Amino acid sequence: MSADLAIVAVAVVTALAAALPGAVLVLRRLALVSDAISHAILPGIVLAFFVTRDLNSPWLLLAAAATGLLTVVLIETVSRSGLVGEDAAIGLVFSALFSLGVILVSKGAAGVHLDTDAVLLGQLALVPFDELVVGGVNLGPRALWSMGIILLVNGAVVVFSYKELKLAIVDSGQAKLLGLSPTFVHYAAMALVSVTAVGAFQAVGSILVVALMVAPPATAYLVARRFSAMLWASAGFAVTASLAGVAVAFAADVSIAGAMATAAGVQFVGVFLLTPRGGLLAQMRRRQRQRLEFAARMLVVHLAHHEGRPEAEVENRPEALHRHLKWSSHFVQRVVRHASVQGLARNAGGLLELTEVGRHLAHQLIAEGPPRPRR
Amino acid sequence: MSVLDLLSDHTLQVVAVGAGVLGLVNGALGSFAVLRRQSLLGDALSHAALPGIVVAYLLTGSKAPLVLMGGAAVAGWLGILAVGAVARRSRVPFDAGLGMVLSVFFGFGLVLLTVLQKRPDAAHAGLKTFLFGQAAALLKGDVLTMAVLGVVALAVLAAAWKELKLLACDAQFGASLGLAMGRAEALLQVLLVVAIVLGLQTVGVVLMAAMLVAPGVAARQWTGRLGTMVVLAGVLGAAGGMAGAVVSSVVAGLPTGPAVVLILSGAVGISMVVAPQRGLLWGWLRRYRTRRAPRLNPVLMHLYALSRQHPDEPEHGHRVGVLRTMSPRETDVTAALEGLARRGLAQQVGEELWAPTWLGRREAEKALQREEDSHVS
Amino acid sequence: MGDFASEWAIEVEDLTVAYADDPVLWDVDVKVPRAKKMAIVGPNGAGKSTLIKAILGLVPAVAGEVRVFGQALRRPRGEIAYVPQRASLAWDFPTDVEDFVTMGTYGQLGWWRRPGPAQREAARRALIQVGMQDLLTRPIAELSGGQQQRILLARALVQEAPILILDEPFQGVDAPTERAIVGVLNQLAAAGKTVLAVHHDLQTVAEYFDWVALLNVRLINAGQVARVFNEENLRVTFGGRVGVLAERPAAARV
Repeated sequence: MSADLAIVAVAVVTALAAALPGAVLVLRRLALVSDAISHAILPGIVLAFFVTRDLNSPWLLLAAAATGLLTVVLIETVSRSGLVGEDAAIGLVFSALFSLGVILVSKGAAGVHLDTDAVLLGQLALVPFDELVVGGVNLGPRALWSMGIILLVNGAVVVFSYKELKLAIVDSGQAKLLGLSPTFVHYAAMALVSVTAVGAFQAVGSILVVALMVAPPATAYLVARRFSAMLWASAGFAVTASLAGVAVAFAADVSIAGAMATAAGVQFVGVFLLTPRGGLLAQMRRRQRQRLEFAARMLVVHLAHHEGRPEAEVENRPEALHRHLKWSSHFVQRVVRHASVQGLARNAGGLLELTEVGRHLAHQLIAEGPPRPRR
Repeated sequence: MSVLDLLSDHTLQVVAVGAGVLGLVNGALGSFAVLRRQSLLGDALSHAALPGIVVAYLLTGSKAPLVLMGGAAVAGWLGILAVGAVARRSRVPFDAGLGMVLSVFFGFGLVLLTVLQKRPDAAHAGLKTFLFGQAAALLKGDVLTMAVLGVVALAVLAAAWKELKLLACDAQFGASLGLAMGRAEALLQVLLVVAIVLGLQTVGVVLMAAMLVAPGVAARQWTGRLGTMVVLAGVLGAAGGMAGAVVSSVVAGLPTGPAVVLILSGAVGISMVVAPQRGLLWGWLRRYRTRRAPRLNPVLMHLYALSRQHPDEPEHGHRVGVLRTMSPRETDVTAALEGLARRGLAQQVGEELWAPTWLGRREAEKALQREEDSHVS
Repeated sequence: MGDFASEWAIEVEDLTVAYADDPVLWDVDVKVPRAKKMAIVGPNGAGKSTLIKAILGLVPAVAGEVRVFGQALRRPRGEIAYVPQRASLAWDFPTDVEDFVTMGTYGQLGWWRRPGPAQREAARRALIQVGMQDLLTRPIAELSGGQQQRILLARALVQEAPILILDEPFQGVDAPTERAIVGVLNQLAAAGKTVLAVHHDLQTVAEYFDWVALLNVRLINAGQVARVFNEENLRVTFGGRVGVLAERPAAARV
């Protein structure tokens, strides 16, 4: 396997493996737990390394996963004490554990290639040079194997406990009724996040784990309306972001992990702006249209209120609308035009009159309450 | 080096003063982030500052603190705006938006750092210390800049004190008074940006948020007044900053940020356990005592039952005679009341008149709750 | 001139408020008479809190106008004191009862000026009115629900505004507190001040208030309690979910 291909493969597999538990975190409003766990596992890794003296030992993975769970429990304990807000509990617990890890690294593990740079940046560029050799047979990059296994596990969990995950996300009360312990599902998910974070941590570093876990699922959240769609879209956006990131990194010779995170961010912004349903541009266009429609309905109600009463001579004039409904005179013109195009009202020499259709609509609105704008 | 040598070491004095200043400013201003539940916004802000630092250097070629701080402030501010835009304008929840901004800005900063590393000149070498901080690199001029900025920030805090207090306590009520809460919020954000930017070189972008928040969290445990909390947080921040900076300067290869954060985290932990009133230790002790006391004192329960008849006047006194009629004949009510008073659960409010304290009422409520729970199970 | 121009304390005209395109108040006209106590009644999601926030200028109106003593209101100017819902506050804030109530005077001080002895004195007077004068130094985190509601009221009283607006002042408080608050509201009305309150308990509307506005996104009816607070109007307001008014209290509570 060529070195470049190995990097691309590890990048894509890592991003995919991170996106699946990430989708669950984003939906459960636990996105920042990924931040906490990816930082806090550091001391676990370092301590296990001191014991085993082997960076490739599976014990590192287990120790890190245990530290991840410990972090979650610690955060929950601190915030449940009632003395500290949940936000501060998250921020303080992982900062403290991470600090401990950094100090252990800089004081104890010097000389091994576990330095503070690797902690933050990961070592994706070094992936091709660390190959798994079993019985004299070269099986390719070790990281591809470890992340591949993690991806398989995550994929299997998502496929086989799809129903349970969905219930736990949507309605933990309902899940409980069906005999699913929300606590169990919660901690199982956290364990999965921890293991994934450890694997990804070695490739892309602690902070960029967060980017891979949060950004593709958040992008998916913009376009997906169902849990299954959310998972597929997260995976898709993970692949595109990692491919684009690696391509940019190769072309410009910059940090691969950094470029992947940047690409994931740019991708989010692009989708956020352009997505036809709920995108920023679509929102602005729809709001404009709805504002006009909404205003036209208010206009007919206003006209109907005063129609046939003595004050109608004063109230049912564009100037009165300007004063009364706080509309600019320009907007009054647009609303009146919109209403006459729709056949709801007409301007009879400065006095606004309802048409039959307009009067009917007005009475309907007054009787039924407000119109619900179409979504 | 002996302790005396250390204290007279000029470089070390500069470092200690610098770390003290930034600890003071961060502790004081960070208290408001704690009260507004915005601790993690500080985290996003500090991470987002990284690309700003690198861009400022790329554009100017200068490593002057004001230049780099300016870049950091602009990028951090953009980061806050981005979090707000995602939370308000999209379906994506606040926490996911925050995590994304934090990591994406930081990733972009790393990309820029690698661009910088390819340059032939070695002048960029110092920028890497912005990750975990290096107090030993502080110069006298840097400290002076920090001190001036810090004093200005604290002066603004003092001047806008009551507006910021209303903002943190009940912003909507503040707006109903006709005070511009939107402006107060913007002011607080600017102050937080300044606080964080001050410490980036010393503590590093990764752990700056903890430096901002930890002193406030610790201080809150010791006091129930905002003014005291802010002052105490400033003092704690300064002490923690100085201690961390000095330790990391003396021990080779020890980055400053993690040292400061571990010291301050220790302060938070100790405060949460031993602080009077709120400390967990006192809660445990009370629970231990009440568990040992058989089913909680019946006299306290009677006193509590009586006090419930005057809920608007919890300190209303009740006659010892009444309590005596409520208790079994052999009970020594007076001795029991005195025992309660020693444990802070009851108080004498007049001749032969007793009332439960706030603590006593809470203990009684808890005991009732325990009773109920045990009946259910 | 404002004070003589209108017999109404507050006039709301054609008010429409929308959150993210969804109208929560639709073309509402209400007039609040001077020196009377008026309740706003309606089901959950009827826009009751939104109406008072719009009157206070805390939420922007899509259309319509609010006049206070005959003058258009652009932003709060101190004519109206506001008692928010108790649950909307983070009671863990580090302050004590006296200081909390003193915050009610901050509006009169304006930017940059500090509260002094005069303001603290005013806070103590307000605390006497609500029966909390013995707990001046108690941290607000240690108060009971009823005590919290009392200091919220005191914080509004300290403003000495001609109009008092309350959002669910009886929500989750003990009976003595409820009586004490009603007593204060009666005194205020007797002293010529106007009271407007979102109220949940249909049983006590007639006892506590003179006027009532029935609201369900649009205004169903408003006027003197004796005239408009009847079963038919309530049925329209609550969409048929209200039982016979006086006989079945449990069903009447929404």
